[in-house]
Amino acid sequence: MTDTTRTPLVELKNISISFGGIHAVDNASVDLYPGEVVALLGHNGAGKSTLIKVLSGAYKRDGGEILINGEPADIGNPRDAKKYGIETIYQTLAVADNVDAAANLYLGRELRTPWGTLDDVAMEAKTREVMGRLNPNFQRFKEPVKALSGGQRQSVAIARAILFNARILIMDEPTAALGPQETAQVGELIKQLKKEGIGIFLISHDIHDVFDLADRVSVMKNGQVVGHARTEDVTKDEVLGMIILGKVPPKAIPGPGAMQTA
Amino acid sequence: MADITTTASANRARSASENPVKRFFRATEIDTRLLGMVGALLIIWIGFNILSGGLFLTPRNLWNLSVQTASVAVMATGMVLVIVTRNIDLSVGSILGFVGMIMGVLQAELLPQLLGFNHPAIWIVTLLCGLLLGAAIGALHGSIIAFLNVPSFIVTLGGLLVWRGATWFVTSGRTVAPMDATFRLMGGGTEGSIGATASWIVGALACAAIVATIANSRKQRKRFGFPLRPMWAEYFLVAIGCALVLGAVLIVNSYPWPVAIARKFADANGIAWPEGGLFIPHGIAIPVLIAIVVGIVMTFISTRLRFGRYVFALGGNPEAAELAGIKTRWVTVKIFALMGILCAVAAAISTARLNAATNAQGELDELYTIAAAVIGGTSLAGGMGTIAGAMLGALVMQSLQSGMVLVGIDTPFQRIVVGMVLVVAVWLDTVYRARAK
Repeated sequence: MTDTTRTPLVELKNISISFGGIHAVDNASVDLYPGEVVALLGHNGAGKSTLIKVLSGAYKRDGGEILINGEPADIGNPRDAKKYGIETIYQTLAVADNVDAAANLYLGRELRTPWGTLDDVAMEAKTREVMGRLNPNFQRFKEPVKALSGGQRQSVAIARAILFNARILIMDEPTAALGPQETAQVGELIKQLKKEGIGIFLISHDIHDVFDLADRVSVMKNGQVVGHARTEDVTKDEVLGMIILGKVPPKAIPGPGAMQTA
Repeated sequence: MADITTTASANRARSASENPVKRFFRATEIDTRLLGMVGALLIIWIGFNILSGGLFLTPRNLWNLSVQTASVAVMATGMVLVIVTRNIDLSVGSILGFVGMIMGVLQAELLPQLLGFNHPAIWIVTLLCGLLLGAAIGALHGSIIAFLNVPSFIVTLGGLLVWRGATWFVTSGRTVAPMDATFRLMGGGTEGSIGATASWIVGALACAAIVATIANSRKQRKRFGFPLRPMWAEYFLVAIGCALVLGAVLIVNSYPWPVAIARKFADANGIAWPEGGLFIPHGIAIPVLIAIVVGIVMTFISTRLRFGRYVFALGGNPEAAELAGIKTRWVTVKIFALMGILCAVAAAISTARLNAATNAQGELDELYTIAAAVIGGTSLAGGMGTIAGAMLGALVMQSLQSGMVLVGIDTPFQRIVVGMVLVVAVWLDTVYRARAK
């Protein structure tokens, strides 16, 4: 998949961010090509989510730069990120609990009638269409999202991300709240989105969730990038070694956080 | 298409197993909460009617009740949005006092000097200045809350003192009176009512609006193949809506002008004074009309506009709203500015009604407003509440108060009862929500 002559869809270069003197992310660089799934792995607190929130506009970086299609991108808030076609599905399932699925799908980008009022009917119709593709069993369109199961809420969050023709999709622990069947569904969905040429960052602390879906893995530890590897070049155990010890296997490309071998 | 037919059949299967009452509520889609409030209101009304020996449910008392409710009802609609976003506004009574005092000084002292006494533009200039001032005060509160991150409780608690003090300062505590003659119409009274014919016209328009709304919603549902209410349920809703509207008009039209005023009117217009007295109905009071219009506009804002959607999303999950790209700070500023405007409207109503601006005007109104919103089903945890509920809540609060006055309960006990009702209402709300989960 990875073709070094092409321009990456996203390139995060030397990103640093710190909170109150703690370097949550320190000089981290990752990239993503169209139609590629990159798994960003690491322990809880390794800095994966923080790094990706810089890309999605939720945090402001202290240093480094973001390139989208090779050009510097100015991302200061979530609205900016959406302009670049970056959609994020957050670990915390960022949905507004008290409104229905359609309202959540279109939150911040509501369809409006010529009079400037909300076009609820059109939004619900489109929601039914998208959700039908994603999760044909989903029927509870009129109920507030808090009445839904974890999987259903997840499908609402995913539907929201793909509704607006995202080019870059960030999924933070997309299957953490789900049962096995729903996890398999999300897996199918990722494959489908990949075929459409969307680049996907999968963030997880559990390698088993994502190893089979990912084309490449990037491993983080203590806010630094341990290394990158193509999944076909490494075994799960080797990746585990990267996550736990920061030990970089021979076929992987070491990063600044790699364990220094004497 | 397939999924729609399965929903329909699933609904049918579900409804077959339900008892007739549940089926009725499902078919008509009536909010059982709102219905519970209407029930509580009826109990209060009938209870006070019995205790007062039939004084409560008279056209005169109900008409007065509607006028007394108007000012708090107007502010309660804004308080819903404030509380929905997990904020609170303790300053509404003081803003009402300050804006009312400024409007009083403008129309009674400043504008007559500029434009001449009883100039026809005085009331509108006064009102516009009041609305602008209210919006500015609200926007100031909102900006401090949103951009300086001071909790709304503190900002508006400060506002409670600041604006009350400012009210005092403007005239050094002196009461300003009288108000402009046209301005006074906003306060109701014999002059400030629209009369029988106009009331029937308003009633008829309201009925037409009910029919049009229900027909339009059915058409929209049909267009996109959503489940429809059964035809009988639609007719039922139209019938009950129209009956309520026309019944209310009938009541306000059966309250005649007081004899003295009617006689003066008859003399002035050269009408012969008939044997049994002259029956001139009040009709709907202007402040009540203002409150109804405010209620409709606020319902429109909160359910049909993007701003309203953001308010509710922000209340449900502030983080999600922020991540969805909503400018949450600006939404907060706008909510408080809107609250300020509504305080100005309420100030116009209450100064006009009193025919004076005093430095105690609106005292304790913040509590009645908050109580109305909360009794009306606005959740203090955020994310839930309706405008109609809050206005009904204001009516419940005012009914309690007027009822206690009629029955002859002393002021200290009135406050004790109102305080307890508020606590019980929130407790019932908690119980209801725990069950709903």
